[in-house]
Amino acid sequence: MFRWGKRLRRLLFALSMLVCWFPLTSNAADKFPGLGRPATVAEVAAWDIDVRPDFKGLPAGSGSVAKGQEIWDARCANCHGTFGESNEIFTPIVGGTTKQDIERGRVASLTDPKQPQRTTMMKVATLSSLFDYIYRAMPWNEPRSLTVNETYAVLAHLLNMAEVVPDDFVLSDKTMASVQARMPNRFGMTKSHGLANMRGKPDVHGTACMKDCAEFVQIGSRLPDYARNAHNNLAEQNRGWGPFRGVNTTVAPLAALSASRSVAQGQPSSVVVSDDSVSPAPTGKILYAKHHCAACHGLTNKLVGPSFREVAKRYKGKPEVNAVLEQKIKLGGAGAWGNIPMPPHATIEASDIASLVSWILEGKF
Amino acid sequence: MIHNTPRISAAPENFVPADLISAVTAHGIDDSRRIFLRSSFAAALLGGAVLSGRAKAAEGEAAILEKQPWQTALGKPVAATPYGVPSTFEANLQRRESPGLTRVSAASVAFTPLQGLFGIITPSGLHFERHHQGWVDIDPAQHRLMINGLVKQPKIFTMDDLLRLPSVSRIHFIECGANTGLEWGNVAVPTVQYTHGMLSCCEFTGVPLSILLDECGADLKKGKYVLAEGGDGSGMTRTIPMENALDDVFVAWAMNGEMLRPENGYPLRLVVPGVQGVSWVKWLRRIEVGDMPYASKDEAVHYIDLMPDGLHRQYTSIQECKSVITTPSGGQQLHATGFYNVSGMAWSGRGKIKRVDVSFDGGNQWRTARLESPILNKAVTRFNIDWVWDGSPAILQSRAIDSTGYVQPPIRTLRAVRGSRSIYHNNAIQSWQVGTNGEVSNVQVG
Repeated sequence: MFRWGKRLRRLLFALSMLVCWFPLTSNAADKFPGLGRPATVAEVAAWDIDVRPDFKGLPAGSGSVAKGQEIWDARCANCHGTFGESNEIFTPIVGGTTKQDIERGRVASLTDPKQPQRTTMMKVATLSSLFDYIYRAMPWNEPRSLTVNETYAVLAHLLNMAEVVPDDFVLSDKTMASVQARMPNRFGMTKSHGLANMRGKPDVHGTACMKDCAEFVQIGSRLPDYARNAHNNLAEQNRGWGPFRGVNTTVAPLAALSASRSVAQGQPSSVVVSDDSVSPAPTGKILYAKHHCAACHGLTNKLVGPSFREVAKRYKGKPEVNAVLEQKIKLGGAGAWGNIPMPPHATIEASDIASLVSWILEGKF
Repeated sequence: MIHNTPRISAAPENFVPADLISAVTAHGIDDSRRIFLRSSFAAALLGGAVLSGRAKAAEGEAAILEKQPWQTALGKPVAATPYGVPSTFEANLQRRESPGLTRVSAASVAFTPLQGLFGIITPSGLHFERHHQGWVDIDPAQHRLMINGLVKQPKIFTMDDLLRLPSVSRIHFIECGANTGLEWGNVAVPTVQYTHGMLSCCEFTGVPLSILLDECGADLKKGKYVLAEGGDGSGMTRTIPMENALDDVFVAWAMNGEMLRPENGYPLRLVVPGVQGVSWVKWLRRIEVGDMPYASKDEAVHYIDLMPDGLHRQYTSIQECKSVITTPSGGQQLHATGFYNVSGMAWSGRGKIKRVDVSFDGGNQWRTARLESPILNKAVTRFNIDWVWDGSPAILQSRAIDSTGYVQPPIRTLRAVRGSRSIYHNNAIQSWQVGTNGEVSNVQVG
């Protein structure tokens, strides 16, 4: 009885395998037996989150402008600014569009050379692109942490800031199409060009002229003198020996190609040795990079948050300050340096936070 | 007594006075010049080097006549650096950010120092970097590639599966669509590292995407596009036309004989020959077959080309034929007149390089350069041309022609069609001005 039961189970299992798997795999080629396996429905659902312009892939859900504003202020404004206008970390999201653009579906300021920035809302034609991106990759330092409803809410708030939807609007999978019809630059894209695939025809052509090709040669643009050292000393960015050394941009150009100067006085090869002869960066600086503090804090310059030099200046020597700052990094905070909040950093180890705080307070950057 | 006329090198660190060099070049070494030469050595060596008896009596360079430290001591053992690194004398050649270009280094660019490279292969450690949300180092044992969408059977492949499949190894260039993008309006950066350094060329190894699509039974009738998706936080997605995908696209794990570097997508990236870098999705985790383009963020907000009429060209992808002289190039200093091997790189997203012409007078007269082998499809080709610089001002340009007959255009021709406010696909002829002082600078002509 026991043996038979086991056989029956095996038979049933084999039958079920035939029913379940055979029809699926037989359709696909199997030239490489043993390699690859069918993806489960749950696995495809977990990864296939893209949303197309026809809204295929859009998940069911909704979010209001008001809810979106709450999320925005807490989690988005620190990089994008309270009104989506921030240009400190990324280019602005909102601005440069008008009511006429919404009517027309083309953004007029895209042809205005005086328009200082091309914002996201000026460019994007497809609402699906914004939903897809916010859901898959935002917030920048905590991607995939927004729920579907939070994503709808954030997008609703963003559209409200761009005056595409009213203050009481609720964005949902049902209302996306109606908003698409109001996107300011919805008719602003063209696929009529030859750069999309290999068969496409080029739109610009040079000529292979070999002799007497230019009546006169005029310099139309060059770097201004004040930018000479803007990319730091170019002598240190070229091979320090050989015929093609870098220009020493920390000094004025040579008056002339002077053989007596360059040969007689000599010029030592300029190599910046940057590996083991230089002492390693302090732990704090390594942690600063590791935990992406630089996304919001410059060492000596203000970004979204205060520079670490400013922080050191204000707090150094105050009682219990290490513990206070450690808590602020861990739990987040607001108000001490303006109204942009600092998000919590729950995943950074306590020892790293402590090292960071000590390093910041030392103030040696 | 007049000897043969030896040529004394004019390398900048030499300490022989120029008037003596010209005298020796013109007349050879006679007794009076020999004394002068000897005193020059003596003067130079006062700076700290020990003057040996032999050098005192020598006729020639200390580099030859003196015993050098590397000659007189035991060298380092094998495996002193188990993973080898370049000489300390090469430390200047590094990937660098362009100051002020981006505000956050996790969403930034590090440019390849093309001015210091030879041949066509970019060393893995100098391959340019462009990340949208930082780079990650993914455990290959945990990495999966999913193929889904319009396929009969969605499938999952592990890295173990992929490395068992038939692989190909091919050399291709990868260029960011925004390479030279800073220069649409005017000259903005000083050196070829910053004008053209979002370009690399490597040998990649992987499995053709067509094999994987076939394994899953992709619907090639309806499925005109594939979407490639990254497994990092940015989840980068790009649409690739199916005809491209079936032609020469492959899923690569290796670069230059070793596994991909994490900055370049370890353990898996897409290789899309001839197409801008953003489509070479790094940390590749998913391919979806679909019947329309996806208008992802990097196809709808970025990597769109602004035309003068305010329209944006969407899905611009092909990197058209382009070339640049890398030595001498902007920010370099020539220290002497005479012979130079002028060298550069040429590449085309539509095929092979057929010819490169070089001008030394800003585009009036042109000469055809030597193409060095190998000359490969959708890969960088190295070109060289002889040049004797007489010390007068010069403007160096290179102009590439590819196997389709396409000729690389001047910047003014490009602007006449596409305006000057685009960011992407600037493949204009590059001009380097050589001043009478030997300084080379980035200029635009006309």
